[in-house]
Amino acid sequence: MRDSTFKGALSDRTARTFMGVLFGATLLVTLLNQVFPPDSALHVSAYTVTLLGKYLCYALLALALDLVWGYCGILSLGHGAFFALGGYAMGMYLMRQIGDRGVYGNPELPDFMVFLNWSELPWYWHGFDQFWFAALMILLVPGLLAFVFGWLAFRSRVTGVYLSIITQALTYALMLAFFRNELGFGGNNGLTDFKDLLGFSLQSDATRVGLLMATAVALAGAFVLCRWITGSKLGRVVLAVRDAESRARFVGYRTEHYKLWVFTLSAILAGIAGALYVPQVGIINPGEFSPLNSIELVVWVAVGGRATLYGAVIGAILVNYGKTVFTGVMPEAWLFALGGLFVAVTVFLPQGLVGLVSQHWPTVRDKLQQKKADRDDTTTAEGDAP
Amino acid sequence: MGYSFSRILAAMLIALLASTSWAEESLQDMTAPPQESEQADAAGIAPPTIQTILDRLTSRSFDEKEAAIRQLAGQDSPRVIPLLNALMERELIHNRKDDTITLGSKSDGQWQLLDPVTLEPLGQVESRAARPVVINNRLRTVINNQLALFALNSERTEERARAAEQLIGNNDPEMLAALKALRETEDSPRVLEQIDTALNIAALNSDDLTHRLNAIQALSGNLHPETKNTLNQRLHATDSDTEKQALEKAIARIEARIETFQTADTLFFGLSMGSVLLLAAIGLAITFGVMGVINMAHGELIMLGAYTTFVVQQALPNSHEWSLLIAIPAAFLVSAIIGILIERFVIRFLYGRPLETLLATFGVSLILQQAVRVIFSPLNRTVVTPDWMSGALQINPVFSLTYNRLYIIFFALAVFLALLTLLKKTRLGLQVRAVSQNRTTARALGIRSERVNALTFGLGSGIAGVAGVALAQLTNVGPNLGQSYIIDSFMVVVFGGVGNLWGTLTAAFGLGIANKLLEPMAGAVLAKIIVLIFIILFIQRKPRGLFPQRGRAAEE
Repeated sequence: MRDSTFKGALSDRTARTFMGVLFGATLLVTLLNQVFPPDSALHVSAYTVTLLGKYLCYALLALALDLVWGYCGILSLGHGAFFALGGYAMGMYLMRQIGDRGVYGNPELPDFMVFLNWSELPWYWHGFDQFWFAALMILLVPGLLAFVFGWLAFRSRVTGVYLSIITQALTYALMLAFFRNELGFGGNNGLTDFKDLLGFSLQSDATRVGLLMATAVALAGAFVLCRWITGSKLGRVVLAVRDAESRARFVGYRTEHYKLWVFTLSAILAGIAGALYVPQVGIINPGEFSPLNSIELVVWVAVGGRATLYGAVIGAILVNYGKTVFTGVMPEAWLFALGGLFVAVTVFLPQGLVGLVSQHWPTVRDKLQQKKADRDDTTTAEGDAP
Repeated sequence: MGYSFSRILAAMLIALLASTSWAEESLQDMTAPPQESEQADAAGIAPPTIQTILDRLTSRSFDEKEAAIRQLAGQDSPRVIPLLNALMERELIHNRKDDTITLGSKSDGQWQLLDPVTLEPLGQVESRAARPVVINNRLRTVINNQLALFALNSERTEERARAAEQLIGNNDPEMLAALKALRETEDSPRVLEQIDTALNIAALNSDDLTHRLNAIQALSGNLHPETKNTLNQRLHATDSDTEKQALEKAIARIEARIETFQTADTLFFGLSMGSVLLLAAIGLAITFGVMGVINMAHGELIMLGAYTTFVVQQALPNSHEWSLLIAIPAAFLVSAIIGILIERFVIRFLYGRPLETLLATFGVSLILQQAVRVIFSPLNRTVVTPDWMSGALQINPVFSLTYNRLYIIFFALAVFLALLTLLKKTRLGLQVRAVSQNRTTARALGIRSERVNALTFGLGSGIAGVAGVALAQLTNVGPNLGQSYIIDSFMVVVFGGVGNLWGTLTAAFGLGIANKLLEPMAGAVLAKIIVLIFIILFIQRKPRGLFPQRGRAAEE
């Protein structure tokens, strides 16, 4: 039985295992990068550090989607939009940090604005020279958009396919908008050429490791938070909404409030993921809003397994690792592989990889224990499940 | 001494003529066939012969030349028009050896001479022994006018209308007299309209105020670009208040009419865009609307149709004019077969789980896209547009309908009606509707729902393929062709109301026209964003679209 308090969520076995693996891997990579000299066989390059950081950002994004899709049944095809908005907020801060080190050397205006012959900073760029303001916006902008969008959609009971399609329309409209130079976010090229974050150069290994650790901490925190929410009473209502919304409503729950709450929280988590992603990859452009990205994200979660949280994380990391390997080795095959994965997972693995494992694990475990019992018949086989 | 002086003068004149550019109306297609030259020979017997008239062009006086040109134009011979054209093109040669005029062309530094009447070769002379007859701007005008007069008296309405239109803005009294004369006998309304415009514009320069006012009255609302120009010039020149008012009124009327036709133009583009949306969405209205399958590979089925068009054209390189007729059924079959395969191997397992069909078919779409990239290369392919689909239907000077868009509107409507008939009037249609409304009951009544599913999905996919044939005429054919239509297609189906074909039709044309009406104000991208936001908000108000399904099926 799970303890539904926050402390309980922090100390339950799944969360501990998850954090153990996550921090273990992060620390190992950090150690290998920092302690061993570059020519050592054990050295891990800064590239790998950043790559791992990128995967963890994706994992956080997948976690956010799993919260709404796996637990609340809202298949958002526009979560990439929240991710990109968080990324743009961070990008704007990083742009302002460049100061007069840009190509045109303008202390106030980013390069692309000078290039467009703009004379002053648009009003919505003000304040982004302060980190606290940017951080606030990273939470606020995706959160507010999700809140307004969700409030409109859930109140009028737009559900299922219709909701999926209008979330897709949302991210598509944002993509078209951000491609426009007039909007003031760098148009086609987006924001790039970042120099430093809070005074630390983005090029240095130490900063990269720091960003990786920050991402790991954010992912762990989000995981515990989601664990806590899904284990709490609220989480149970959310599950009820997923499984039988009308029934939950008739019992007396304002289901739209629960949905809105979860949707907004999920968007904020996605925004944080985007904000951590941008300084690591060094660019944010309107391509991040592409509906394709959001659908790909759904597949990560589907591959890993829905409604488990750690399944989403595993799915995101595995699929992206596969992408890195495939696109390097045989680029033509990657889309075939991804497409095949979509089909195979939805048709044959509705519960994802985690579901596959948990389905077969009891039998495997029983067999193992049987062997152990056979070897050592003084002790009786006893399951170690809680 | 005098001779060499005149040569220098002539050389300077030629240089001047060559460096000045003027509008040359091409009237070459009026050249009479050469075989008629025997009759010309017979006609040329009467004094003075064409040759003697031509020989007057050897004179150095432009007045003499003008008189010769007028005399030539007065002759009743089929050679007159070709000779006038030859004079314009500097192909009439003054042969200085025997001081005669012949036709000639230069090759290998020598003049090849031809008899101007009989076209018989007259041998060659070296290049310095002859030179083209020199003409100036005044003579060019005279020649053009004479040619226009011939055209005005042509048998063909087409030619008369063109000649009259070219004379719009011309103030030559001779021409105006000719136009007036023609006006008495002309019975084609098209030609009459051009003549009236020309005469009225000329009358604007009349000294008589009432004449001018009448002309202004008559020109009010006239769409010829020259009309508005001349009226505006007159507005600055006049000092009469009544005329000024009349002019302002006439110009305002012209502008109002231009605006009306521009709106009509926008509406036409809207209808055209709507028909593209309809074609793209209508297959989806079947697979999504009737079967409840979110087919993300729909765009790729459209793309396959477009590639089929390309392949058919490659296979039949000499029959672009009618290869489309083969491409349409071929594209239907290719896409329908792929669609049935998708249904049998993927979607069959996922009925009742629409969100899962979305993911699986998205995977299929990636595979199809990549397959096309591997087979045909990632570069865009172009499909040849047949001649009967290029060009435009010119309604008036400011409004024309391009044929390809016009045909696509009709094509989209034809496909729509065919589909509607199929669903409403045939046995398959009845079964499709039965299965989509209640699968269990339909099965209980003996309908093989598996087969119906496969056929329905094949039908929707096949129509996507047919849409691809039409889209190939408008855009480049590339692996990403489908992706750009998929979101729009979903918007159309959802906006119109799922499961309602008439809703899809209304939504497609409505969104197309809205988009094009917004474009002049907001620009293409912003217009699209506004429409998307509108749909998002609209779905909040009416979650089931414009025409929601009623009854049991709506409970899903």
